[in-house]
Amino acid sequence: MANPATSPRGIAALHVDKLGLLVALLTGWGLGGASFATFRANRIVQGSAVEFWNALPSSLALAAMLGIVAAAAAGALGRSHLLRLASGLAGLIVVLLLIGTAAGYLTSEGDKLARVSPAAGFWLLVIAFALLIIDALSRLSVKPLVRLVILAAFYLVFGLGLAAGLWDDLSLLKEYSTRAASFWAEGRNHLVLAMGSMAAAILAGIPIGLVCYALPATRSAILNILNTIQTIPSMAMFTLLIAPLGWIATNIPGASELGIRGIGTAPAFVALFLYSLLPVVANTVAGLAGVPHNVRDAARGTGMTAWQRLARVDFPLALPTILTGIRIVLVQNIGLVTIAALIGGGGYGVFVFQGLGQMATDLVLLGALPTVLLAVSAAVVLDAVIEAASSPGAQGKAE
Amino acid sequence: MKRLPALLRILAFVCLLAFLISPTSFAPLLSMAAQGNGPVIYERQSLWVLALQHLGIVFAATIVASAIAVAMAIFVTRRSGTELLPLARSVVNIGQTFPPVAVLALAVPATGFGVVPTFLALFLYAMLPIFENTLTGLSTLPRDVQEAAKGVGMTGTQRLFSVELPLCLPLILAGIRVAVVISLSTATIGSTVAAPTLGEVIIAGLQSNNFAYVLQGAVVVAMMAVLIHDALYALERRLSAIRSA
Repeated sequence: MANPATSPRGIAALHVDKLGLLVALLTGWGLGGASFATFRANRIVQGSAVEFWNALPSSLALAAMLGIVAAAAAGALGRSHLLRLASGLAGLIVVLLLIGTAAGYLTSEGDKLARVSPAAGFWLLVIAFALLIIDALSRLSVKPLVRLVILAAFYLVFGLGLAAGLWDDLSLLKEYSTRAASFWAEGRNHLVLAMGSMAAAILAGIPIGLVCYALPATRSAILNILNTIQTIPSMAMFTLLIAPLGWIATNIPGASELGIRGIGTAPAFVALFLYSLLPVVANTVAGLAGVPHNVRDAARGTGMTAWQRLARVDFPLALPTILTGIRIVLVQNIGLVTIAALIGGGGYGVFVFQGLGQMATDLVLLGALPTVLLAVSAAVVLDAVIEAASSPGAQGKAE
Repeated sequence: MKRLPALLRILAFVCLLAFLISPTSFAPLLSMAAQGNGPVIYERQSLWVLALQHLGIVFAATIVASAIAVAMAIFVTRRSGTELLPLARSVVNIGQTFPPVAVLALAVPATGFGVVPTFLALFLYAMLPIFENTLTGLSTLPRDVQEAAKGVGMTGTQRLFSVELPLCLPLILAGIRVAVVISLSTATIGSTVAAPTLGEVIIAGLQSNNFAYVLQGAVVVAMMAVLIHDALYALERRLSAIRSA
């Protein structure tokens, strides 16, 4: 779709497009209309809203406001995508630095109980600058591999900021510091569950996919069953598996020694495995079905056996499609592991549900933000893998 | 062989209705799952009411989300909105990597506990597949059809309502089906933020170690989801069949 012609109204250099308008609105609302932070005297009392002006020393607040307005204006009025990217990044960094500074400013020296959390104004500013960055990246049509580099740079900068203690006065980091050990342990649980069940689903799903492809009679039955499994709501699936696994643990010798219990990781693992099968199987079938006939004929002509053809021709050509299925599985699993916390399976859901139970917003964030970050990172990493697998170099041998 | 799935569905639907209308007549069956002499049927709230509230939240969120998502997809495919198209595509792609539970959990700080955060999370998440599918439909319309519509002198609005949208309808419906399935699941989890849904029964069972509760809540939710998914899928196929006939 072609871009519309330049606006007939106004001076070309000052042309404000719809994104610019949106960014201007969000910035104005974030700075003027909504509170920047929430202050609470301790963890459980009702918080009070703090305006941007009062969240920072007044000279800094003035400078910061000018800086944010300048970044938003450059982004809103700028016509080059690189300028938009730069102003989005600059604005985002300023806003992130400010929330850390505000937390330190609002907490009096030595006050260990006070809690400062980001409020609506902060999130609106983050959204405004994130939109500028996303728009610029999508218009520059940044390749997945480059996005991977950007992600790595983000982790580096973010990690350095955390190590330097920029956000130590924020309530979120205070929640973290009281449970740092369990944060990393649950993170490990989260990843092990998500990736372990994915690995099991790949090992089982690709052969099932091959069977579906080779025997069309079985295809619709198997895919229908897997489809129905996907439809079952996650909380129902996780909890329905408690009884069967409990039965296995008590009645099958050796099962409980393997760590199988009615509650905990075992039902979570099985539930995730069942959900993961459909994308793997369906994409294996689709990938194999997409192998061109002439390629297959040529392979047959060179006298390759059926297994050789599968291993050297069909499978490599189907790989990008299969990887797309694996990407769906990993992103989906990282989200679903959260539910495992309800049945004692661990993972970041532990913090989410504890936080919901205690009405402690920052504890909810401590569970939800890493989950979102993991899911987005998994998508970026696997997109890069898919790109590498479907590049002409990777398929040159087969074609 | 072909009748079997349809027969199973009717049977499942009848069982579901029977259970919701008179749960106590299933008590002997469920008592096997209960611990000792604990209660067998959830009684704090009638299952019937919970099921209706569950469906109510899901359908309200889906209807609002469909209206807004389709309108947005129409907007970004018109001349005046094309400059937002790349952004909208990327936001939807990124949004779909956000786990629904995280969206639900993040809605709580913004709106408090209860139906509101659940509705908000369902609504936001439901927009993504519907918007994506509508956009795909509107941007992959056969060129000759569009040319023909222009050729007979239809205005832009006429083309939109009598040619483009009807052609996209099966795809839009597929998006709605995906949204409804995700919403039914997320609404169940909504009971952890105090929304009145069938998840309440499951949570009560987990907390009191009463597997009979878990079983009835989970089976009712699962059957509802499967039946609704199948019904929407059948509707979709019926529409495509009419189209291609």
